[in-house]
Amino acid sequence: MSSATMTLEHPDEVVTQAHVRYAQLPGVSGPVALITLDNGQDHTRPSTFGPGGLRSLLTAVEEIEAHDPPVAAVAVTGKPFIFCAGADLSYRSSLTDPAEVRPKLTALGELGHTALRRVGEGRLGDRRVPTFALVNGAAMGGGLELALHCDYRAISAGAAPIALPEVFLGLVPAWGGTQLLPSLVGPENAVTIMIDNALSQNRTLRGPKAFALGLGDVLLDAADFLEEALHWVGQVLRGEVDPAKGRRPVERGAAWAAALERGRVLADARLHGAAPAAYRALELMALAETADADTGYAAETAALADLGSSEELVAGLYSFDLVNRRAKRPVGGPDRSLARAVTKVGVVGAGLMASQLGLLFAQRLEVPVVLTDLDQARLDAGVAHVHSEIDNLLLRGRISHDRANRLKASVTGSLTKDAFADADLIIEAVFEDMSVKKAVLAELESVVKPETLLLTNTSALSVTEMAADLTHPERVAGLHFFNPVAVLPLVEVVRTPRTDDAAIATTLQVAKQLKKNAVLVADAPAFVVNRLLTRFMGEVLAATETGTPIEQADGALDPLGLPMSPLVLLSLVGPPVALHVARTLHQAMPDRFRTPDGLARVVAAGKSSFYTAGPGGEQIVDPEVADLVRSMDDGTAPTAREGAAMTPEQVREAALSALAQEIRLLLDEGVVAEAADVDLCMILGAGWPFHLGGITPYLDRTGISERVTGRRFNPPGVATVA
Amino acid sequence: MFVSAQGSIRDVVFVDGVRTPFGKAKGVYAETRADDLVVRVIRELMRRNPALPPERVDEVAIAATTQIGDQGLTIGRVAGILAGLPESVPGYAIDRMCAGAVTAVTTTASAIAVGAYDIAIAGGVEHMGRHPMGEGVDPNPRFVSERLVDPSALVMGMTAENVHDRFPGITRARADAYAAASQAKAAKAYADGRIQPDLVPVTARHVDSGWELVTADEPPRPGTTVEGLAGLRTPFRPHGRVTAGNAAGINDGATGCVLAAADVADELGLTRKMSLVGFGFAGVAPEVMGVGPIPSTEKALARTGLSIDDIGLFELNEAFAVQVIAFLEHFGLADDDPRVNPYGGAIAYGHPLASSGVRLMTQLARQFEEHPEVRYGMTAMCVGFGMGATTIWENPHFGRTGEGA
Repeated sequence: MSSATMTLEHPDEVVTQAHVRYAQLPGVSGPVALITLDNGQDHTRPSTFGPGGLRSLLTAVEEIEAHDPPVAAVAVTGKPFIFCAGADLSYRSSLTDPAEVRPKLTALGELGHTALRRVGEGRLGDRRVPTFALVNGAAMGGGLELALHCDYRAISAGAAPIALPEVFLGLVPAWGGTQLLPSLVGPENAVTIMIDNALSQNRTLRGPKAFALGLGDVLLDAADFLEEALHWVGQVLRGEVDPAKGRRPVERGAAWAAALERGRVLADARLHGAAPAAYRALELMALAETADADTGYAAETAALADLGSSEELVAGLYSFDLVNRRAKRPVGGPDRSLARAVTKVGVVGAGLMASQLGLLFAQRLEVPVVLTDLDQARLDAGVAHVHSEIDNLLLRGRISHDRANRLKASVTGSLTKDAFADADLIIEAVFEDMSVKKAVLAELESVVKPETLLLTNTSALSVTEMAADLTHPERVAGLHFFNPVAVLPLVEVVRTPRTDDAAIATTLQVAKQLKKNAVLVADAPAFVVNRLLTRFMGEVLAATETGTPIEQADGALDPLGLPMSPLVLLSLVGPPVALHVARTLHQAMPDRFRTPDGLARVVAAGKSSFYTAGPGGEQIVDPEVADLVRSMDDGTAPTAREGAAMTPEQVREAALSALAQEIRLLLDEGVVAEAADVDLCMILGAGWPFHLGGITPYLDRTGISERVTGRRFNPPGVATVA
Repeated sequence: MFVSAQGSIRDVVFVDGVRTPFGKAKGVYAETRADDLVVRVIRELMRRNPALPPERVDEVAIAATTQIGDQGLTIGRVAGILAGLPESVPGYAIDRMCAGAVTAVTTTASAIAVGAYDIAIAGGVEHMGRHPMGEGVDPNPRFVSERLVDPSALVMGMTAENVHDRFPGITRARADAYAAASQAKAAKAYADGRIQPDLVPVTARHVDSGWELVTADEPPRPGTTVEGLAGLRTPFRPHGRVTAGNAAGINDGATGCVLAAADVADELGLTRKMSLVGFGFAGVAPEVMGVGPIPSTEKALARTGLSIDDIGLFELNEAFAVQVIAFLEHFGLADDDPRVNPYGGAIAYGHPLASSGVRLMTQLARQFEEHPEVRYGMTAMCVGFGMGATTIWENPHFGRTGEGA
């Protein structure tokens, strides 16, 4: 217990104070101690628990214990809109000496258990009083765990978010959550909250849903939550209401095992064992079925020390910071005041991408959007597609009738580009062909105002070249979306050497209005995400072409825990699009980007995926595709080349080495400012996981970056343990 | 005109009234919004009267003197939405300074009487800590150039000194004695549990010390003695008579009540705590605004055909002891007449301007329960810039035998 005597210091902690006041409720003998968790800041800086906050809780209970007259109960609530957002993550980040991480996190785990149990278990001297969590607002992680420690919980219908996001970050709920949650809400709901939600882009709950899952004993309106929650406390203390009566009985045994199995399947599907947190959380939950509290909590603390000193957690915290800070303010952007107003938008093209863009601009910018196409039938289909998407939103109750009317009226089509004369922004999403795009831009320039922003959604072509012949190339930039547009949060904003600050400022502002996270990139072939994915997939495809079985090559990256394997991703993107990007990159950098011959044959044969459904509906490699990738143009039989098959380790090594080399080159070329931007792009544009830190922390910690490029991407200790 | 009134006017009943505990300005509600106080009152009214379907409420009239910030934005409407009333229920803001809530009641009651509404919520709020008296005012310069009013008219304490001047017999000693009695009566009413049933508890945030459950008024000073009061300074005039002790304070609070057409109350099974008999408003010289309730009461009595002798209970707002005593003298009542403010008054409870009128009504309704021998009761108050407001109510318990009294 040496750690118990260790005093944890965190000088930068914004300490959440546990203020105590006493409320006299009618018909209750003795006051109710009401603890308010409040860090003194407004709701944009939620209250969290660092060492100081936990000690404040202990001090509060000491005061309550000494209170005269003796209290009838202890209740805990938060400042407006926030119950408590959990552990202060900056504490972990403040531990820069690798040797101190484990002992200090062990001490933090023990301090957390001690403090939360002290509040929740209601032991005051030799008395035991009921304890209540009055969850008035956001309750995350350790905040929700504090509520779980209490005997009873009231939840505000307005409280949000409510979640245990630890597994998402690379931790486990380690202040009692894994032990208390399944016994309260049942193993099935516990897996939903702790594993499924955490691994689903950190899905969170709102009050009513949290209540429905069993997290609360009573759900009360937000308008006067705290008053009515205290009224309910009075009813419970007077014996008028038994909160536990409404709880569903928790099934142990088979139900527990089934829930754990579901959790394992979920974790495997998303992680392939690549990150330990979800599995560790499931082990702790398994323990909770039979273990006593002390045993369970000790195991949680051990898990906190293990995971907290892991590379995955450090990468997770780094990623969390990228997504929550760097993504909000693109690095290298010009003065935001230079941005021009956008009151009308033109979209050139009426294909699927153009329709998606039209809908997004209409929804977020709330300005007229005109689609154009040379063909009336295609144009009608494009506008009709947007209108039917709007109808879908209406049907699903996502928007009102009035809003649907407004959006539909704002999206129109025009065969000629005259309709763009008064547009402030035009984005083209026509066929990926330089001469076609140049012709479109030239035609636009003859119609629009000199300062109208011209954007291209090209995925790989040179924006500089596209604008080269224009009178005003300074208003041309790239705005590269990722498919599906409505889902993926990243846009690459492409600046050419001639693009002016006003154009970039306007593009960044539009990206923000579109609720996208922008990364500013230089005009280099395929920018960041497609360039890296193509290089990476190129190695996998090459392996298949030289005789490595497709499953083996494609599964070689499973240990990274990517959201999908490279060839499943390629199938989702669409082989023709991938081929176009691959060819463009091959032309630009033939020494590193191989000729995508196998892929070309797959596309030529009209195959849309490497996989197909097997006889039992399971996903299997399409045997025709397997033949296509391996057969040589000269007609050589695939079997003749199988001697060159690579092991999964070899494929992985090749893919990651290529990736490291490409990132180094991309940084040296100045495509983005820093490695952090690469990681942000891969997290937001490709869904690469937090536990890899995007990718550069992973390449650093595995030594690949030093081996391939002679240096690391990030200094030791920033995105890696050391 | 309105079918529901069938060519005549309908009786209007006071179904129920509640209020927040009152606070001292910069006190318990220093970090609480005014609109949140109103929301709490409206929700408590709905909760206490489950027989009242929310969609049957035809109006939410909320008074505030300073209609700025959290008391602005047409507070009756926004508070209705914030309280979760259906969006079909309209609302508005109303202002007659101290008589705001009274005017909310008389205006909505009038609309009920003629058949335009069946049910209304009427009340008031004043957060004088957040919105000091006179915040943002811009008096027309003609008031000065044409000497339309005395310069003292805008400072309520000075108008109270002016009332002392007009009635030299009302000395500071009488005012202090009246004030001490008000505090004592309020303390007794609390001890007897007469006030608490109509208070809705409020949780008030204190960023430095946590949420506080406010269940009682903050301003009362039980144990106040005339000796103690005699030592207080007179801030409005050197060697004057008006002190912080014989006047209401600067306060925060909200009140509200449910009014209904008598037949609708019966249809829905709503309680009937009082029935409206009539009301009157009148103007006086702004520099002696304290005497306003005298002509407004004369008017209300004349128009209802009642005399002062018919009134068995009085709830008079104690903006200043001197103006209450002036009223009592005018109508031939003693300073310590037991029919007047039996639970004490604003000198003890406080006077969050536009909210006070409904506090008087809620307390009168409680007293009606205790006094079935009384048929009629009255509320009256003085109003800034020279007005008075009077309402007259009939006791539905009148003549009831058995328990009570």
